[in-house]
Amino acid sequence: MSIDTETARRVAKLARIRVEEDKLPALAAEFNAMLGFIEQLREVNVDGVEPMTSVTPQRLPRRADVVTDGGIQDQILANAPDAREGFFAVPKMVE
Amino acid sequence: MADLNTLTIAGARDALRKGETTARALTEACLGAIEGAGALNAFVHHTPDIALAQADAADARLKTGDAPAMCGIPLGIKDLFCTKGVPTQAASAMLAGFRPEYESTITRQLFDAGAVMLGKLNMDEFAMGSSNETSVYGDAINPWQAAGRKMTPGGSSGGSAAAVAADLCLAATGTDTGGSIRQPAAFTGITGIKPTYGRCSRWGVVAFASSLDQAGPMTKDVRDAAIMLQAMAGHDPKDSTSAKLAVPDFEAMLTGDIRGKRIGIPREYRMDGMPAEIERLWAEGADMLRGAGAEVVDISLPHTKYALPVYYVIAPAEASSNLARYDGVRYGHRATLAAGDGITEMYEKTRAEGFGPQVQLRVMMGTYVLSAGFYDAYYNRARKVRSLIKRDFDDVFADGIDAILTPATPSAAFGLGDMASADPVQMYLNDVFTVTVNLAGLPAIALPAGLDAQGMPLGLQLIGRPWEEGDLLNIAHSLEASAGFVSKPAKWW
Repeated sequence: MSIDTETARRVAKLARIRVEEDKLPALAAEFNAMLGFIEQLREVNVDGVEPMTSVTPQRLPRRADVVTDGGIQDQILANAPDAREGFFAVPKMVE
Repeated sequence: MADLNTLTIAGARDALRKGETTARALTEACLGAIEGAGALNAFVHHTPDIALAQADAADARLKTGDAPAMCGIPLGIKDLFCTKGVPTQAASAMLAGFRPEYESTITRQLFDAGAVMLGKLNMDEFAMGSSNETSVYGDAINPWQAAGRKMTPGGSSGGSAAAVAADLCLAATGTDTGGSIRQPAAFTGITGIKPTYGRCSRWGVVAFASSLDQAGPMTKDVRDAAIMLQAMAGHDPKDSTSAKLAVPDFEAMLTGDIRGKRIGIPREYRMDGMPAEIERLWAEGADMLRGAGAEVVDISLPHTKYALPVYYVIAPAEASSNLARYDGVRYGHRATLAAGDGITEMYEKTRAEGFGPQVQLRVMMGTYVLSAGFYDAYYNRARKVRSLIKRDFDDVFADGIDAILTPATPSAAFGLGDMASADPVQMYLNDVFTVTVNLAGLPAIALPAGLDAQGMPLGLQLIGRPWEEGDLLNIAHSLEASAGFVSKPAKWW
């Protein structure tokens, strides 16, 4: 498996990271170095092995589906790059 | 009394309780040491006002005669821990100016116990790195030097390691996703323990790879690791992976008696090209444990060689998911937009500007291994091999092994910049002895055991059974006493 410039462009898009056109070949080369390293996992026999979901055997706890906090709008907005009238503000999304 | 900033936690605790010193005096000594150590670039946000207020409160509490062990102990806090009202950046431009509205569970527990925060410590960006060279604050510098060269303190908890080794604080918090407590501890001649996954709450710790991340103490010796871990550990309903288990009195378990303990030496950790002095140190460590009455046996962990490739699928995959939150909307950096830019341009420009190259690479790598068509081939296969790696450990523990002895790192600290032209995989090899432990969720401790020919510290690692940190610390305590490592870096900063 080898990643070309087109695949690198697609991955950058999926990750929502802008990568300039002239940087894509170097990025593809870095991906390929990592993938080359990962390839060795193919030689392991994993027949009948369950993929790990939790490293400790405990079950995820459940709790009642009730509101446990709230009323902290100011705190939630305090670090926003652009907050107006109690909302997060973003560029226009629909015309 | 020695310079107060050079004390251990245990030494300071005893002096405080006897009234021989005060939390304020300890704190002022550390603040003075920090002021004179700018060259190490360990502390990146200074909080002297908070520190002195906490110290005075600790002194008042000590006067009542009812103060926990950590009361009045000045600490450095890794920049990954959210600290209310105090800059918390994970060493990234993405979080420039971020001041959390809440306190991480671990720092809250430490502060509730009376500990003092001196400031925030340098690290690799989002804890991704093994040399502290990916930090937006610039490199943290190892107080140890080889032939006058500036060396890495390791990473990602490089600032924590440098600060403790240079006596800028009595101890520090660290986090460990693939070795980020133990490798820097080994590179700087200090002690660091990564607890069992679930022992310490992850709530309020900036997430990297949630199934691997664990916080732990970085200290001057094993006793201090026991004392500080005690204060950090415990169940937290706010972290659904936090274990509902009682925390034993770790310090009380340091009996020094390890007779009859079975210590495994995994043959797969004997790597080609390993420096002879690390090989020798490892053998000496085994001899010391044998001399203390333990039984040393050869064991096999057959899937060891696959641990790093598994890690470099799972950690980037989880990182790509966790770091999706940095979208320029709720907190952190937002790029300046051009006329006509929409929300997609805002995301893409924000993340290109906010994340450094190593973080971008890992996020994109994670995106790739999780993408349609590759999920099974990479991500699911890696999770299956992870199960096999854990099974290797389960098997040796079922055979009666109490702990496993390995080198902490495949080399001593290297020079800053030495790895600049290497491909990323070369840097990743730093974690070859530590990363298995995170994949299996086990506790492990790195402690200093000797110096190499250049005078740089070398560490050994002990890996324990799940939830048996107390037993692990006791074995480490015995090894520490036998190794008798007392060297300190010569002050040049």
